[in-house]
Amino acid sequence: MFQVRIHGRGGQGVVAAAEILSVAAFVEGRHAQAFPSFGSERMGAPVVSFCRIDDRPIRTHEPVMEPDALIVQDVTLIHQVDLFAGLPSDAYVLVNTSRSFDELGLGEFARRFHRDHLLTCPATELALEHLGRPLPNAALLGGFAALTGRISLDAIDTAVRQRFTGAVGEDNVAAVRAAYRYVTLEEDEMVDASTD
Amino acid sequence: MLRQIEGSRAVAETVALCRPEVVCAYPISPQTHIIEAIGAMVKSGALTPCEFINVESEFAAMSVSIGASATGARSYTATASQGLLFMIEAVYNAAGLGLPIVMTLANRAIGAPINIWNDHSDAMAVRDSGWIQLFAETNQEAADLHVQAFRLAEELSLPVMVCMDGFILTHAVERVELPDQAEVDAFLPSYEPRQVLDPDDPVSIGAMVGPEAFEEVRYLAHLRQLDALERIPTLAAAFDEAFGRQSGGLLHPYRTEGAETIVVALGSVLGTIKDAVDARRDAGERVGVVGITAFRPFPREAVRGALSGTHRVVVVEKAFSIGYGGVLSTDVAMATHDSDCTLRTVVGGLGGRPITRDSLEEVLAAAARDELDPLTFLDLEIEIVQRERGRMTSTRRSGPSAENILRDLGTVASRIG
Amino acid sequence: MTAPPVRFYQVGSFAVGNRLLPDDDQTVQSDPNRTNSLDSGHRACQGCGEALGARYALDAAMRASEARLVAVNATGCLEVFSTPYPETSWRIPWLHSLFGNAPAVATGVAAALKVKGRSDVRVVAQAGDGGTVDIGFGCLSGMFERNDDVLFICYDNEAYMNTGVQRSGATPPAARTATTEAIGEEPGNVFGQGKNLPRLAMAHEITYVATATVADLHDLEEKVERAMRLHGARYLHVLVPCPLGWGSASCDTIRVARLAKETGLFPVFEAVHGKVTGVSAIRHRTPVEEYLSIQTRYAHLFGERPRTDIISRIQSIADRNIAEYQLLADDAITVEPEKAET
Repeated sequence: MFQVRIHGRGGQGVVAAAEILSVAAFVEGRHAQAFPSFGSERMGAPVVSFCRIDDRPIRTHEPVMEPDALIVQDVTLIHQVDLFAGLPSDAYVLVNTSRSFDELGLGEFARRFHRDHLLTCPATELALEHLGRPLPNAALLGGFAALTGRISLDAIDTAVRQRFTGAVGEDNVAAVRAAYRYVTLEEDEMVDASTD
Repeated sequence: MLRQIEGSRAVAETVALCRPEVVCAYPISPQTHIIEAIGAMVKSGALTPCEFINVESEFAAMSVSIGASATGARSYTATASQGLLFMIEAVYNAAGLGLPIVMTLANRAIGAPINIWNDHSDAMAVRDSGWIQLFAETNQEAADLHVQAFRLAEELSLPVMVCMDGFILTHAVERVELPDQAEVDAFLPSYEPRQVLDPDDPVSIGAMVGPEAFEEVRYLAHLRQLDALERIPTLAAAFDEAFGRQSGGLLHPYRTEGAETIVVALGSVLGTIKDAVDARRDAGERVGVVGITAFRPFPREAVRGALSGTHRVVVVEKAFSIGYGGVLSTDVAMATHDSDCTLRTVVGGLGGRPITRDSLEEVLAAAARDELDPLTFLDLEIEIVQRERGRMTSTRRSGPSAENILRDLGTVASRIG
Repeated sequence: MTAPPVRFYQVGSFAVGNRLLPDDDQTVQSDPNRTNSLDSGHRACQGCGEALGARYALDAAMRASEARLVAVNATGCLEVFSTPYPETSWRIPWLHSLFGNAPAVATGVAAALKVKGRSDVRVVAQAGDGGTVDIGFGCLSGMFERNDDVLFICYDNEAYMNTGVQRSGATPPAARTATTEAIGEEPGNVFGQGKNLPRLAMAHEITYVATATVADLHDLEEKVERAMRLHGARYLHVLVPCPLGWGSASCDTIRVARLAKETGLFPVFEAVHGKVTGVSAIRHRTPVEEYLSIQTRYAHLFGERPRTDIISRIQSIADRNIAEYQLLADDAITVEPEKAET
């Protein structure tokens, strides 16, 4: 089983992101379970959602305690919420920011994880560019696909188009692909850097 | 059609396939997504003919359902928690009048302290109302139970409540096989009321009944619930034949062969329990689980049969009778009264506290060592309670307890999960 | 109804002699072929105003709907005296659910009829004042604002009579009830409280609101028929004296009701979409003593030390109603106070 936790704020599509990811897994013929952190969601308040992906039926309904991957949609949560709770050292982390982990003050923290599992992606900028709105959720799923290799880009595209029809769907797919390319390039640079 | 879909949406679409004629809605978390979706289907014309009525309270929601059902319309509503309690007088009334209303209960805790999260306190509060109460383990079962519920209700002229865990199921997006209209139409005949308000054949419904007949009317209601014990498995079998999957029935045993310890529970926690049971079985322990689908009527004989031969029964409940103990446990104890197994009650999951596989495995391990207390509160932080007890002993005006306990816990907002 | 060229009045009653009217103008109730929706043999008290009011109103509604009527009933005297198992006095489809939910149950009936295309069948809901102004008010207000196709009739006897005469939100000032005893400085129900349900109904701007009493049978039946010609939420508030709770003689039910209107204490009027469109004029302006003194619920205002101060406060309520609704007929005469009959 592969478990994902997504952090963001109310209004950023945090719950939708987990749902889209689960639909993408479903499209691939796998079992998936998406659910929000249950609460009285308010615009701007911290929100968490979860997604489990497995090749077998998922029976458990406990919360995700030790996620295999973390998506942070809003970097301002870093000092508000215990974002990295329960995270094993080999977990994947994707943070929506145009800054580096060092610039965020997370350089020391980041060194506790596998270097190539931690990436940043300016998903809000990519969303602004492709959608004209600062909604980073779909784009980050593209970045997630590139970072983890646990889901295909095509499946994410299909799930995004199911969620958003027409032009909005195509714009989101463009953002997804842009983030996918960005993360892929980052990873390539990392590989190049480590071989130098 | 196989869909990756939110539980509430799956239930709403399934209810719509059952062609309800009057749907009443008053919003309460975590039921809202169900009635929103049905409202949209009525408004778009996808569900027609159907009257969708936004009412001013849950009391009105059940009352409108009563009027509609007594006029021969297939009637549906949904609620949770405080909403169920607010309509409780009408809940009893619908059962007393024998009106086959179907209601989804998105199980949620009851305040005070106010709490929107899942447990089973609401369902337990109306267990004696005369409604049939079916508990869904998964969203697939939640959807399927509604198809069976309308047929069961209308065959027996009794209201049926489909209980599904609030948020845990209602807000979870999972794969659900949704039937198509023709399949549901073939399974669910149109509603032929046993009693109806009709100017061509006037009847009085809801007459006053004195001591000379009240007990007989009540006993008849009991017999009809016992009839449901026969019909529920039959309908589940018919459903299996028509739709090709097992949903409903009285109870579901899992790996109970030769089990020395059997866990009994209701609802979605059964999935997590099954994972724990598998882990303990892998470790060589002989454990199993019985999930109860029909809580009312309570399948006493079936439970007795499913638990026969086991040494220990551990009832995991998301509700309890304050000042006494387990609610489901009491029913299970009655079912096993002539067996020599020991019965333990584990209360957990109150107000949305997660029931984790780790905690369940600890419970099973303690049970295997015969070290489980008769009444255990899962993952209870007793020190927090004792601190408040101390304050109450030392200070007369110790203040509101819930707020004191929150202050002791510190900021919970930053916690995850 | 157009006024007949010659008016005949029964002595002392103002009621038009039914037998003297043309057939078309005669009351539904005088028709030997009336439906008897609430049939004889029920267990109401002698002189029950509510039984009378329900009988008039429902038979009129039955005629207006061509016998296509469903009635929903709140808990209360009407439900209790008409149905002790296994006898029922109802000759129409009738449903009783609870005390506080009759408006919502009626909404459900109306919705079911609509979805089934039964536009021929009409819905009436009925309750006492407790089931209307107090415990049923939430559901009533909801039914009003949704404009559900229901005629709601309140039979107002100004207290909880079924449970033994306790105060309701419709109990008038100074009236003695079991929970507003005639003791202390301000005996009986206090001044300055209570709900005016017809005004509240008007505030919802529903199609039709009217008040009536069991003293004027023609007026009550006409208002029912008018309401039945309309659709959407409609409200009829009928004053129905209760000999038990009011302490009036059983034979005085009509008389007490008439005095309630003629004193101005109970304005009889109609309103369409929230605006008053007509009033039943007072032709014999009568001081409130006439009304109060024949009811033992006001006995503490009379006797050796009459509470003229309280009586004048009640009179001022009547005067205010007369001014506000312009209740006085042009040719009204004023009745001098006279001693209560024994």
